[in-house]
Amino acid sequence: MPPLSWYLYVSAALFALGLFGMMTRRNSIAMLMSIELMLNAANINLVAFSAYLRGHTMVGQMFALFVIALAAAEAAIGLAIVINIYRTVKHIDADEINLMKW
Amino acid sequence: MSLAWLIPVIPLLMFAVIVFLGHKLKDKSAYLSIAAIAASFLVSVAVAYDWFIIHHGHGTAEFLIPWAPVGTDVIRMGFAVDSLTVMMLFVVTIVSMMVQIFSIGYMHGDERYPRFFAFLSLFTAAMLSLVIANTLLLMYISWELVGLTSYLLIGFWFQKPEAMRAAKKAFLVTRVGDVGFFLGLLLLYLNTGTVELSGIFAKVEEMALHPVSVPYLGAIAAVILGIFAYGFAGAILKGIKRVPVAIFIGLAVFALAWFLIPHGAVKLTLASIAALLIFWGAVGKSAQFPLHVWLPDAMQGPTPVSALIHAATMVAAGVYLVARMYPVFHADMTALNIVAVVGAFTAVFAATMGIVMNDIKQVLAYSTISQLGYMMMGLGVGGYTAGMFHLMTHAYFKANLFLGSGSVIHGTGTQDMREMGGLRKKMPWTFLTFIIATLALIGFPLTAGFYSKDEILLSAYYWHGGKWIFYAGVLGAFMTAFYMTRLVAMTFFGQPKDPKIHAHESGKVMLIPLFVLATLSILAGYVGTPWKNIIGQYVTFGHGGHHAFSLSVMLAGTLAGFLGIGLASLIWIWPVIRIASLAPALGWVQTLVANKWYMDDIYDIIVIRPLMITARAMFAVDRYLIDLTVNAVAWITMKLSNAWALFDKYVVDGLVNLVAETTKVGGRVLRYVQTGVVQQYAFILVICLLLMSWFFIYR
Repeated sequence: MPPLSWYLYVSAALFALGLFGMMTRRNSIAMLMSIELMLNAANINLVAFSAYLRGHTMVGQMFALFVIALAAAEAAIGLAIVINIYRTVKHIDADEINLMKW
Repeated sequence: MSLAWLIPVIPLLMFAVIVFLGHKLKDKSAYLSIAAIAASFLVSVAVAYDWFIIHHGHGTAEFLIPWAPVGTDVIRMGFAVDSLTVMMLFVVTIVSMMVQIFSIGYMHGDERYPRFFAFLSLFTAAMLSLVIANTLLLMYISWELVGLTSYLLIGFWFQKPEAMRAAKKAFLVTRVGDVGFFLGLLLLYLNTGTVELSGIFAKVEEMALHPVSVPYLGAIAAVILGIFAYGFAGAILKGIKRVPVAIFIGLAVFALAWFLIPHGAVKLTLASIAALLIFWGAVGKSAQFPLHVWLPDAMQGPTPVSALIHAATMVAAGVYLVARMYPVFHADMTALNIVAVVGAFTAVFAATMGIVMNDIKQVLAYSTISQLGYMMMGLGVGGYTAGMFHLMTHAYFKANLFLGSGSVIHGTGTQDMREMGGLRKKMPWTFLTFIIATLALIGFPLTAGFYSKDEILLSAYYWHGGKWIFYAGVLGAFMTAFYMTRLVAMTFFGQPKDPKIHAHESGKVMLIPLFVLATLSILAGYVGTPWKNIIGQYVTFGHGGHHAFSLSVMLAGTLAGFLGIGLASLIWIWPVIRIASLAPALGWVQTLVANKWYMDDIYDIIVIRPLMITARAMFAVDRYLIDLTVNAVAWITMKLSNAWALFDKYVVDGLVNLVAETTKVGGRVLRYVQTGVVQQYAFILVICLLLMSWFFIYR
């Protein structure tokens, strides 16, 4: 069984990737996907800590499940918003969506 | 008798009807107006019957209604009927009716035809209410109303500048008199506490017991004489360029008068002051010297107006006023003596001007002034009956003369007697009636004027103040005969002088009034003949004033008349005496009289010019003093405002702007926080998260 830190490295790398994607991508769907990456990085953390920390309680596992459900809901709402934006302005470029600015 | 209030009300209503419906009625308005006056005449007849037959014509029947409560007092309005009123009612309604009938022909085709009759109706209403009024206030109101209608009718042809000026002059000059009347009214009200005539008369004897000493009345008279002399000299020397000479003569007369007139206190009483104030009003209305100047100019009005207002009725209102207020005058003889002197002077003075005028209406105007002076003289010397008798006869024959002159003017198209002549054959009926009225005016035996003039001369003869007033009356009679003969000779006798004028006789509608009035010019005298003096029994005051018939007085008056007729005939009908041969000797007299004794110029110099100078001075004060002050205040206010404006601009506005600028700058800076770029928010979020982590971990 590999040491806990390996999991944490993978998780941190995944989170950094998500964060980077979130900051740099202009496509709204890509941004949503980056958010999924970050959420899953957190999930890996939660599961890893649940497995390695003493007591073997299932709290971390359960919390990861909650996060997955939440991510699904978030993805549904986010996609719905993106579709509506597309219908309105014919693109989904986050930089150009500035109607409400000022 | 209780219907007497209808007499003025009917024409008043008709005035309203014609004013509002005149544009629809057009020519029919004349008939309405005449119907109204005829109705008034019938009511007058009924009232007269009631008065003389049922009440036997004595005393006064009064009817009063409360009108205006003033403090604890109630001013009442109403009318009274007595013999004087009844006589005046007949005079006014008959003359007014005849004049209106005449006007149908005379004013035919005038563009303001209905308005003319409306004004005549209003005038008649006002005159009738003046006659039947029994409170001084109602009299004053009517007095002003007749003045107003006089103004309106003189200026009836207001497109003529002379008519407009004459109307203004008449209004202003009579107004000078009206002020006196009003002051007299106030004085009487103050002292008797009532404006009702009967109340005033009851207390006037008391007023006569209160002497009011007017100190230095003589000095005041001297000042007035001096001013007049200055004006007279200025007028003869033609005005402003010879001012030093005029001032010198004025001062000389003033100095002379100062020594000749005793300038101690003259005793008057409250009654005589009130009477003199009222007489001053009568002087204005009846065109007595020195306020006579408006009447000759008033001839600019249509001729029927001259006949009705400026010959028969309104100008006689002054005489009527004196007669009506006779108890006030009689309470203290001072006022009455002044009435006599002014009347006598006016009678002679105006007659001189009648001799030289060439305008037919001007001659008649001066004749009217002269005759009104005669009436005043009659009243003043105590001949109450005589004055009123002459008022009545004069109304008929002078209205006749004016309407006759209207007929002549209508036929020839000119007013200048020098262009007339020979009208006797072309206008026979006008000539006949005119000659009857002329004889009545001269006082030819058996005409109306003969009896009334004789009455006045008789009263004058027995005046306590001297015989000279009688001689003045005879002189007036002579001059009247002289100028009337001249007028008739120049108009009706001789040959037509201007071939361009094609005279024609007037129509029936104009001749009938002439016949009626000519008949009255003879018959009216028979109410007061020496052998049966009916008018003396009714229109009378107290018990005095009746003098036994005197043949010598009658002969003097009649012979003066004959002499005047004869002398004038020798000059103008059978030119035995050539007027040209008299010219060198009498040239300056002629100039003096033809210029109306320079009265207009005197007023110009002593009243109008000083008034204008004062007005200009006041204007200058306005302009340079008051305007200056106003402008200074404005300037200071402006400067102060400017200072306050600076404060406003830099302090108050500055604060406001500071707040605004702060907000603006804050907004401009904070704007960058909200860029709308989602990634930026996310970046800031991450940075903050990292900072917070750092803070919580390494604290």
